[in-house]
Amino acid sequence: MGLAKRIIPCLDCENGRVVKGVKFLDIRDAGDPVEISKRYCDAGADEITFLDITASHEGRETTVHTVEAIASQVFIPLTVGGGIRTLEDIRTMLNAGADKVAINTAAVTNPDFVREAAQRFGSQCIVVAVDAKQVSGEGEPLKWEIFTHGGRNATGIDALEWIKRMVEYGAGEILLTSMDRDGTKTGFDLALNRAVSRAVQVPIIASGGVGNLQHLVDGIIEGEADAVLAASIFHFQEFTIGEAKQFMAQQGIEVRL
Amino acid sequence: MNKIAVIDYGMGNLHSVAKAVEHVGRELGEPVEVVVTPDADIIASADRVIFPGVGAIRDCMAEILRLNVNEIVEDAMKSKPVLAICVGMQALMKRSEENGGVDCLGFLEGEVRYFGDNLTGENGERLKVPHMGWNQVKQTRPHPLWKDVPDNSRFYFVHSYYVQTENQEMVTGVTHYGADIVATLAADNIFATQFHPEKSQQAGLTLLRNFLQWDGSVE
Repeated sequence: MGLAKRIIPCLDCENGRVVKGVKFLDIRDAGDPVEISKRYCDAGADEITFLDITASHEGRETTVHTVEAIASQVFIPLTVGGGIRTLEDIRTMLNAGADKVAINTAAVTNPDFVREAAQRFGSQCIVVAVDAKQVSGEGEPLKWEIFTHGGRNATGIDALEWIKRMVEYGAGEILLTSMDRDGTKTGFDLALNRAVSRAVQVPIIASGGVGNLQHLVDGIIEGEADAVLAASIFHFQEFTIGEAKQFMAQQGIEVRL
Repeated sequence: MNKIAVIDYGMGNLHSVAKAVEHVGRELGEPVEVVVTPDADIIASADRVIFPGVGAIRDCMAEILRLNVNEIVEDAMKSKPVLAICVGMQALMKRSEENGGVDCLGFLEGEVRYFGDNLTGENGERLKVPHMGWNQVKQTRPHPLWKDVPDNSRFYFVHSYYVQTENQEMVTGVTHYGADIVATLAADNIFATQFHPEKSQQAGLTLLRNFLQWDGSVE
């Protein structure tokens, strides 16, 4: 008896539709976010993460309505990310029914934003989303760097140092995406996850690379993650959330069944 | 009309709880009016009151006192069913260790303590803080709000501080994280939860449904 490891399906949305990019580039349509959220919730998802990849201002309006629609039908925690840059953006999403917001690029351009956000709204609703890429060569000690803009822009910031700083500033949880693995279906970057999970006190959500159910198990056991996030394996119905949980339970992982 | 007031003192997301209560009302097929408000008169006219809370206790207490929410809650506690959630429950206690020590409302006996930076489980494994996610709740005392909620159901928690009380009579549910900790408390017409029923899917919705039908008595 104890705290369950979480499975979090992620909905990448553009203009009100769920899409999933391979390494953030090639995009496939996967359906209506409200319908999909409800299906995942009924299937036993522990939380829902909604990442808005819409660039335009008009698109943002659509996102707020979508979040409202999801929140009135889904009674599990809902995290909203993508384009969260100001305290006002956070307030808008919380008012629309989000329970947490994920801050990514804005944390890099203005780290104090995370501190202000945690002070104003509480650490429990501030997730810092980190896109990391391995920069060490073969034979060198492992090292990862922070990237922004969907993995296109290098920042030169060391990922472990950065995450420690974000936690110190009040991040309540870290959503850790490996840009090397995202969309590849080759599994999480386990070394990255383990290093981050050991470096900080707050829960870590492993993200990027899930291609099968064993990858979820590996993320928890070898990656020492507290939660695992996946998109395409659920959207395209390769596996259901229920199957994922059964498989994890069989491997001795405590899950909510 | 069953009128439910959610006390709004500017701290965090009250939408979730309002939406969940509306949803449960619809399921019951019963007209339920949910108002999210700081207004003492409106709250006084409600049949039931929900006292939520998220964020840091110092900020919560400052707003509670600034908006006279302490009087509103005290008044509600005299006459109608009250459900306190998360920091709302912590605010009812005497004192919290958070933010260097903060005096709370003192309506219930007990204090609020930090999990600690080096929390470990039975097998020496490290436990993350905040305690975030779905944990099982063992029902230690019968209560009308547990009706149709299976024992050891999982509820969604997110907190770094927990309630400790000498008055075990009040404890209706515990969860395990490093040690057994208080998950729910009950005293007369008050029921308080450390977890978020509004985010706990079926188990949480059932508890909220029971609250909508609870008359505040414990028999």
